[in-house]
Amino acid sequence: MTDTSAFPDLFDLGTDIHDTKAPGGPIEQRWDTRKFNARLVNPANRRKLNVIIVGTGLAGAAAAASLGEQGYNVQTFCYQDSPRRAHSIAAQGGINAAKNYRNDGDSIYRLFYDTVKGGDFRARESNTYRLAQVSANIIDQCVAQGVPFAREYGGLLDNRSFGGVQVSRTFYARGQTGQQLLLGAYQALERQVAAGTVKNYDRHEMLDVILVDGKARGIVTRDMVTGAIEAHTADVVVLCTGGYGNVFFLSTNAMGSNVTATWRAHRKGAYFGNPCFTQIHPTCIPVSGDYQSKLTLMSESLRNDGRIWVPKNKADLEKDPREIPEADRDYFLERRYPAFGNLVPRDIASRAAKTACDEGFGVGPGGLGVYLDFADAIERMGRKTVEAKYGNLFDMYARITGEDPYETGMRVYPAVHYVMGGLWVDYDLQTTIPGLYCAGEANFSDQGANRLGASALMQGLADGYFVLPSTLPDYLAAGPFEPIGDDHPAVVEALREVEDRVQTMLSINGTRSVDSIHKELGHIMWEYCGMERTEEGLLKAIGLIRELKNEFWTNVKVTGVNEELNQALERAGRVADFIELGELMCIDALNRAESCGGHFRAESQTEEGEALRHDDEYAYAAAWEFAGDKPVLHKEPLTYEYIEMKARSYK
Amino acid sequence: MKVSLSRTWRVSKGLAYREPVVTLPALKRARRSTVVLKYTMAVSGLIMVGYLLLHMYGNLKVFAGQDGFDEYAHHLRTFGEPMLPHEGLLWIVRVVLLAAVVLHVYSAVRLAVRDRKAAGYKNGTRYHSKQNRRGVQRSYATFTLRWGGLVIALFIVYHLLHLTGNQIHPGGASDSPYERVVNGFEIWWVYLSYVVAMLAVGFHLWHGIWSAFTSLGQNRADTRRGSRLTALAWVLTLVIVVGFLLPPTAIFFFGLGS
Amino acid sequence: MRIFIRAWRQKNAEAEGKMVTYALDGVSEHMSFLEMLDVLNEQLTFEGEDPIAFDSDCREGICGMCGIVINGLAHGPEVTTTCQLHMRSFKDGDHIDIEPWRAKAFPVIKDLVVDRGAFDRIIQAGGYISAPTGSAPEANAAPVAKHDADDAFSAATCIACGACVAACPNGSAMLFTAAKVTHLGLLPQGQPERDSRVINMVAQHDAEGFGGCTNIGECTASCPKGIPLSTIARLNRDLLGALSRGEA
Ligand SMILES: Cc1cc2nc3c(=O)[nH]c(=O)nc-3n(C[C@H](O)[C@H](O)[C@H](O)COP(=O)(O)OP(=O)(O)OC[C@H]3O[C@@H](n4cnc5c(N)ncnc54)[C@H](O)[C@@H]3O)c2cc1C
Ligand code: HEM
Ligand code: HEM
Ligand code: SF4
Ligand code: F3S
Ligand code: FES
Repeated sequence: MTDTSAFPDLFDLGTDIHDTKAPGGPIEQRWDTRKFNARLVNPANRRKLNVIIVGTGLAGAAAAASLGEQGYNVQTFCYQDSPRRAHSIAAQGGINAAKNYRNDGDSIYRLFYDTVKGGDFRARESNTYRLAQVSANIIDQCVAQGVPFAREYGGLLDNRSFGGVQVSRTFYARGQTGQQLLLGAYQALERQVAAGTVKNYDRHEMLDVILVDGKARGIVTRDMVTGAIEAHTADVVVLCTGGYGNVFFLSTNAMGSNVTATWRAHRKGAYFGNPCFTQIHPTCIPVSGDYQSKLTLMSESLRNDGRIWVPKNKADLEKDPREIPEADRDYFLERRYPAFGNLVPRDIASRAAKTACDEGFGVGPGGLGVYLDFADAIERMGRKTVEAKYGNLFDMYARITGEDPYETGMRVYPAVHYVMGGLWVDYDLQTTIPGLYCAGEANFSDQGANRLGASALMQGLADGYFVLPSTLPDYLAAGPFEPIGDDHPAVVEALREVEDRVQTMLSINGTRSVDSIHKELGHIMWEYCGMERTEEGLLKAIGLIRELKNEFWTNVKVTGVNEELNQALERAGRVADFIELGELMCIDALNRAESCGGHFRAESQTEEGEALRHDDEYAYAAAWEFAGDKPVLHKEPLTYEYIEMKARSYK
Repeated sequence: MKVSLSRTWRVSKGLAYREPVVTLPALKRARRSTVVLKYTMAVSGLIMVGYLLLHMYGNLKVFAGQDGFDEYAHHLRTFGEPMLPHEGLLWIVRVVLLAAVVLHVYSAVRLAVRDRKAAGYKNGTRYHSKQNRRGVQRSYATFTLRWGGLVIALFIVYHLLHLTGNQIHPGGASDSPYERVVNGFEIWWVYLSYVVAMLAVGFHLWHGIWSAFTSLGQNRADTRRGSRLTALAWVLTLVIVVGFLLPPTAIFFFGLGS
Repeated sequence: MRIFIRAWRQKNAEAEGKMVTYALDGVSEHMSFLEMLDVLNEQLTFEGEDPIAFDSDCREGICGMCGIVINGLAHGPEVTTTCQLHMRSFKDGDHIDIEPWRAKAFPVIKDLVVDRGAFDRIIQAGGYISAPTGSAPEANAAPVAKHDADDAFSAATCIACGACVAACPNGSAMLFTAAKVTHLGLLPQGQPERDSRVINMVAQHDAEGFGGCTNIGECTASCPKGIPLSTIARLNRDLLGALSRGEA
């Protein structure tokens, strides 16, 4: 590893950071050891301990329900009108678990292995192993709650294979797995609300954390209905606020997904881990015009039977695809990756599609699309079978595009889907701020540089149901901490900061709408920090983002006042944070001059154009400390005791 | 920060409340719920349906001529004697029927008032849009049940005055029920009023019979149309409407009894 | 195309509202309905007017956040969520009326945004299976017949959008309530709490001020997830059984 900053103008290098919580010893026993060594809280004392959980997705709802059951006094927050609408609801494909119900050689160890390898050796072994370990309990828990997973005729649970692995370990509920898992957690949460152990605040957006003596002791929220800016205090704060893919403006994330909660925590001292690791999903419905507000995912499962191609001749681009003869089609995935063909992992498929479009072979509006064709499959299996397998996805495609996918090839294009980066946390999921924890997609912990399909739901629920309820008490055992009144200087100061910020945004009254600035940021990020990154591009992007930041703070137009439901104001706050995050993402991408997982640096590729990792230099997680204008990089070296570091190959 | 709105606005407006204040335990509230009112509607409605079937059967005796009909009417009054007093059965039926009507109307009014409020109707409209006023089938069932029910109520009063009490006697009073019927239905407007009433009954039952069984939990189909109960409702409704209309029609058009 | 939007404008819960007409040019048929409103809002912002507030989050038809009464129909002319409705369902020159869900139990917060907290409280009353974390038996220990699992799933797909309430002439939330009663009542895990669940949920449904169900079926006809009407009969059946057994 180098020991100086590669770009001293842009960032400084700090001391290395280490995860001090993961015990040593055999990997199978680490989680048990940690649980055993964690301090406990006497049941009678739990009611006196206050826990704030921001976010009610899989991670947040599961944690709140479980901690409520244990007897802690929990407050939850979400920006939607109900905890049930957290973005986890949108996940389609499924959730992995090492149950080995298919008797096909799956095991905890194999799930652990696949996850580490899938993450391109940028995830911690201890965390990933724990994830695989508790995965089986997750399924038990969900079934007990009434989650209606798909079943076979015998009445037992069904599985499918997913995301390019060779075993069938994915549990699913038609195309709505995330919805059903979230409803299970949500119902458990509402049960606790009825029992009085949890209080939920809907339509409340967290805008800052409150630190007292360096410890997280509360948050500042804005009531999105009344505009009231309020302080909520507690003994410990947990952020489960999901991913920040919306920094790209267009992504498959929900409109409200944001980085505000974690970014504000970052500004207060929590390190940000691997911000540049973004997952781009190859099969999304392409953009149809500049009014587009979000992108819709077409499930990965379509690649099992659909074939991806572009015309070989540019003259054919405008033609009806059905009229292009076989010989004039380029099935580029099958050509480049004969062994895996259309089933190569997401990052590889995405990049190949981008390459084809960049070379001018893209189809549809703006040349940003490739065909995903079912003509062969329909001929082979018959329309009925295709309908049974993929009917709901085809309907969705037809509804959005107005085209009939049974007749013509679907057009797809890659889109931002998931972020592996997030707040840096230790084995206990504690950030670098004592008393501030972070779970689910919002942290950086388990997926390394790339996430396998059906593993995010697994992580969210593992963190929420099993990890936090075992690790938070260790911290809380030292409490209850001295109560904080509304007049505590730290509270007053945090409230004032938030109020000032809100008023500033309302008072600029410039000429640019919030959305137009967000779109511009998205363009910059997609162009220079998207599927393929170069040093030159990233440097340019950083410059552009800085200009845009200035533009925002001098020329944004936010209508209305604070004391009302004000959606423009909500968005403005989020975009302001995305701009700052975007800059850090570019800096992180610039520092990591290797290609790994979802991060592809054009300078670091093999002769065939495949990603080239540099383990000698970059086998570390990057933990960024906020320090005003110039962030500080702390490296967490990654060592692999169980799995040998190898280059991925899907040829 | 100064905030003018509060999240408890709903109380102030008397519109709704953010968190309803409940005082009774859930079991008690469930016993008084709209669903239980609907059970009452359904059971009382079905009792009335049963009565209508018998009543219709009795009316068809008109075709057995004056003696047959009057004897039947007489028989109804002496049925079960001496175990039951004179008109004993009739009074049992009347009490049950009256109870059914009272419960039916009471529940209907309570539900209708509550439902209108719940839907947020203001000055008779809920949505300002003039398009798709009827939704997919929005107003149909409520219209036939509520307005249809009102028509039936008016009809029953008129009908009792006419044929049971004989207070109104178009075409001439008589001690013979048979003659009362025949005298009445020879007049066009009497005939017409019964036809209109029968249509109201028909609409009420076409939805009502289906709905009653559904209220009692018996529908297992995903849609109204796919339900076997819909077929049952059709058959019963047709039987009742046609069965009732046969005697008056025979009298008016074919001169039965004259 | 050029269209005219007649929108319900209401400043906040306490203010009176009214319908206001706006003209919008350059609408593409590929836009989703909400993207069309985004464009209208950009226009309003530059004209110095307050943009029209409406709820949406996933824009994929799954979170249940969006919901507008379009031309008198909940979620508009197609059976889908508002976010999945596209402008190709409308014509050049159309006048489109947009209003919030209207029901006593769904107070309007602003413009097209309503408060659906009542749904959460109905779930709190009993829409769950008590399965504390960590106490779960092996998942495959209790097989579930496939048709029960499938029916439970169909009922479980409800997204709590509230279109059923907006469409029901009685403002009844029976379809929503019944969907949860059905989902959990069909599974073996859901049996122990089956009676108390239906009793508590119905009691809460009424306490929230929703209307009764006259079995009209407008709700299923408008439900973007096609929750079947039989779920309501099942709720009625379950409540009858539960009350006859008499314990909550
Ligand atoms: C279209 C799509 C399909 C997917 N499919 C799969 C799949 O098949 N399998 C799989 O494993 N993964 C899938 N994923 C990824 C997975 O769904 C997510 O990573 C995961 O659900 C994240 O859960 P979470 O609990 O961390 O956060 P979320 O579910 O995103 O929840 C975030 C919560 O935080 C709250 N919040 C956020 N910011 C604030 C704030 N500032 N103030 C207050 N509250 C806030 C929100 O209200 C919400 O409650 C998919 C993702 C997408 C977008
Ligand atoms: C064309 C249709 C009908 C005819 C010819 C008819 C005829 C009669 C006659 C002759 C009687 C008096 C019987 C007696 O006193 O012995 C009677 C009573 C009655 N009818 Fe009808 N009826 C008709 C429709 C209906 C309908 C539709 C209803 C209800 C909705 C109804 C309700 C009653 C009731 C409640 C009584 C009183 C019974 C009693 O005295 O206990 N009738 N009807
Ligand atoms: C006396 C005048 C009547 C009135 C005012 C009346 C009114 C109503 C109303 C308003 C409903 C709908 C209740 C709801 O779902 O909210 C209803 C339902 C019904 N009515 Fe009547 N009705 C009357 C007479 C009758 C008669 C005479 C019969 C049968 C012969 C009948 C049978 C039914 C049935 C079966 C239902 C369906 C019950 C259910 O949905 O569960 N009604 N009635
Ligand atoms: S039942 Fe249908 S319409 Fe009603 S809330 Fe659920 S999904 Fe929406
Ligand atoms: S429309 Fe309303 S009346 Fe019942 S069947 Fe549906 S809730
Ligand atoms: S915005 Fe999520 S369902 Fe429409």
